[in-house]
Order: sequence, then structure tokens, then C-alpha cells
Amino acid sequence: MNEFFTLLSFGDMGWGDEIALGVVMTVSLALASLPFGLLLGFLLALAKKSEEPSLRAAANIYTTIFRGLPELLTLFLVYYGGQILIQQVLALFGEFYFEVNAFLAGMIALSLVFSSYASEAFLSAFRAINKGQYEGANALGLGYVQTMRLVILPQLVGLSLPALSNLWLILLKETSLVSIIGLADIIRYSNMAARTTKEPFLFFSVACMIYLVLAVISSGGISRLDAWAKRGEISR
Amino acid sequence: MSDASIGAPGSYVQSQAIQAKAPPPSPTSRPWTPTRIVGTTWLTLWIVSGLGIVWFLLNSNSVALVFGGEGLLPVSLTHNAKFLTKYGEKFVSGFIITLKLVGVSMLLGVLLSIPMTFMRMSKNRVLGSIAYGYVYFFRGTPLLAQVFLIYYGAGTFREPLESVDLWWFFRDAWNCAVLAFTLNTAAYQVEILRGSIENIARGQWEAASALGLPKWVTFWKIILPQALIVSLRPYGNEIILMIKGSAIVAIITIYDLMGETRRAFSRTYDFQAYVWAAIAYLVMVETLRRAWDRIEARLTRHLKR
Repeated sequence: MNEFFTLLSFGDMGWGDEIALGVVMTVSLALASLPFGLLLGFLLALAKKSEEPSLRAAANIYTTIFRGLPELLTLFLVYYGGQILIQQVLALFGEFYFEVNAFLAGMIALSLVFSSYASEAFLSAFRAINKGQYEGANALGLGYVQTMRLVILPQLVGLSLPALSNLWLILLKETSLVSIIGLADIIRYSNMAARTTKEPFLFFSVACMIYLVLAVISSGGISRLDAWAKRGEISR
Repeated sequence: MSDASIGAPGSYVQSQAIQAKAPPPSPTSRPWTPTRIVGTTWLTLWIVSGLGIVWFLLNSNSVALVFGGEGLLPVSLTHNAKFLTKYGEKFVSGFIITLKLVGVSMLLGVLLSIPMTFMRMSKNRVLGSIAYGYVYFFRGTPLLAQVFLIYYGAGTFREPLESVDLWWFFRDAWNCAVLAFTLNTAAYQVEILRGSIENIARGQWEAASALGLPKWVTFWKIILPQALIVSLRPYGNEIILMIKGSAIVAIITIYDLMGETRRAFSRTYDFQAYVWAAIAYLVMVETLRRAWDRIEARLTRHLKR
């Protein structure tokens, strides 16, 4: 038992500090993808509920593609495809060597996937908002931007929060895929530790436990967020 | 019809005749609002990139039109699909392995999820919390970590496993993948089943009890059929998630569709490998989604008004 603690300790003997670095990487990747995913998802939802057929069709193609592709494949398409594309464009201007940053590729791929799911969450939240809210805002003389900012968005946050928090937990788990393109996250370090120390079960269990802890922490945050979003509602 | 044709000019008939309705205004072209400009541009971009992908695939297989051939037509199509002739069959076998993996683990998952659901819903504290812990673990950790935990983690217990003659099972990547996927999907299915069973109104139980039906018959004949209809959609989503999630078994040396793609790419550095894989996955998921919508519409037709 003692040797397990040594293996997990911080410092030269243990892998604790490496795994902690991995946790930082996982969390920062998820946190970095989240705002882009949310913003893109919101814009997509606006496009999907617009009256313009071409806009709706284009947004639906986006969702079909990024919800249909496995996340791992999306990641590879962004990572390798992006690399090939940029290199070919650069080759037009001369000889350059360019390497796509794995963090950036992971961020783009995760944002693409997250946004296509988030757009559906926002869309169903939009549908749950009564038409009278728009009419009421109109009667008060609010413009489109004001209606959105003052009337619709505050309700939208509360309505879409359950689905979005689910998506956040999925995003947190999906960050594990970037270990495959060489980004040093929890799984990557656990893998390295497992190979070096020949204790795979210990390190992968630790990795799983860390993900569980992250999920528990997120749930705590989400329930506080939920209470904040529902602060205007009458408590029953 | 001109006015002159009805009655004499200035006569009663002409004064009382109802004027023909003016034809509807000719459809004016829709104005180019900003949303329309954005939508059209976006759609054009999709079409252009779609054509770009087709061009890329044709180009990488050296498909070309040759004029002045000897055949019936003065034009013939030549191609040099080296990549496809070499790896096409492997892609098909990878595709089948993916389907097999998903199919086997879904079926085993169904079998495992039924007793787990009863455990999860039972009033027994111990059974309930075991099932809760199981579901929480497998839904809260990444599938990749679970696969690694089972495939690599089994190595830690090599000697005890050899002593009970189970090592052959964990030595094989395929068995480990099926085991991990089964455990994972069963955890999700427990929640689907539990959610749909608990969502059936209490009145259904009470009415059945008033009719004197035993609990088991009530569950089997009244609750379960309604619960399964509610859970159709989440089950469909779960199959799609499994198909997409199955791509990660390529990492533990199983040559499913993704594995064959990676192998082909690492040997040729030909990016069309990933393009074909993307097309295959998209077709697979989209077909399933549409088929599932059909099935759902058919099975719930008695609920439509």
C-alpha cells in the first residue's frame, strides 16, 4: 500500500505532480472550448429558428455533420486536415514548415462538436419561451437587441441550463481524446506512468477517479448556477 | 375579358356586371436581407466545400476524362484508384467490425441493464447503492479511460487471472473492448429504462391494482410497454453514441473502421483515408437516425391524433 502512495506522491519518485499537470491541461482545454462552443451554438440556434430557409439549411448541415462524426474523427480531421491544408497554402508562398498546435486543434474540434449539440439545447429552450414574451416586449417598444438581452436571454439561460450542463460533463469527458494526438492531459500522463511503473490498474483508476471528482465539482457549480438562473422565479 | 364584350355600352347589364378580379401581383423577388445574404453565403460555402471534397477524391484517385478514345464514345473515363483497390476491402471489413462491436455490446448491454435497473429501483439500500455507484462510475468517466482501465489494467492482475484461467479473455483487445462498451452502455441504459419506468403515471399502477392485477402482470403488461415507447428515442441516441464512441477502440489495436483508417493513413499519408471514414460514419449515423425516426413514427402511430 505504501508503494502506491510513493507512486502517487509529488516529486521525483511519484507521478502526482505530472498527473496534476494533466488535470490542469484537461480542465483548461474544456474551459477554453466552452465559450466558443456556447457562442457558436447560440448563433446556430438563431440561424435554425430564422425564417430564412437558406440559413436554416446551412445551420442544419453543420449540425448533421458534427453530430454524425465521431469526436475522435473530427479531432483527426481538424488536426491532420488542418495541417495539410495550411501547409499547402503556405507552400504557395514558399517553403514553410508548420505544425498545428495540438491544444488548438483539440479546442477547435471540441468547440465544433459542443456547438452543434448546444444549438439543439438553445433551440428547444427558444421554443419553450412563450410567444407572448416577444409580443409583450414589442408592446413595450423594445427593439430586437433589447428584447433579446432583457427578456429572452435571461429566460433562455434557465431553460437551457439542464441540457447545457449535461453537455459540459460530456465535454469534460471528451477532452480525454486529445491524449491520442499527444496533448499531455490526465490520460496521457496516466498512460506514461502506467508504462513506466508497470502499475496500469492503479494509474487508470486514479485517472477515472479524477474525472469523477471533476464531474462532482462541476455538478456543484451547476446547481449554484441553476439557483442563480432561477432567482427570479417564485419558490414553491 | 374587356368590358365592351358584356352588353351594350351604357346598358344595365354593363353597369351591373361584376368587374373581373385583377390578377395577383407578379411575385416580386424576395429582398436581400442580411440574414438571406449570410444564409446564401454559408450554403454556397457548404456546396463549394462539398464539391471540393468530391474534386479532392477524384483527384487523389486520378480520375480523368480522356478524349478521343477507341470505344463507342469519343470520351472515356480513366482512373488510377491505387488507394481504393489496396484499402477498399479493409475499409469494408473495418466497417463490419464496427457494426459487430456496437451490435454485440448493445445486446449484452440490454441483457445487463435489465437486472441493474431492478437493482437501481429496488428498495434494498445495498443493492440500490451498488447499482447507483456502477451507473455513476460508468457515466462519469470517459469511455477511453474505461477501455484503458480494462485492457491495460488487467495486466496488473495477470497472475490471479491466470490462476482462475481468465487471462485469455483479458489478453484479447476485442474482448476487453466488448466488455468496456457493454459496461458503459448498460450504465446509460439503466438510466434510460429507470427514467421511462418512473415517468409512467402512478395512476396506471393504481388502476391495475384496483382491477386486481398482480404486480408482475401490471409491470409486464401495462408499465413496460408504455415505458419502452417513451424510451425509444433515448435508445436510438444511445446506439448513435455507441457507433461514434466505438471509434476509440482503434487505439487498442482493433481494426474497426477507424483503425483501418489510421492504418491506411499511416502507411500512405493519403488524407482521403479520413475523408472516406467521415463519409462512412456520416452515412451510418444518418441512416440509423432516419430509420429510427421511421420506426418510432410507426410504433407510436396509435398515440397520434
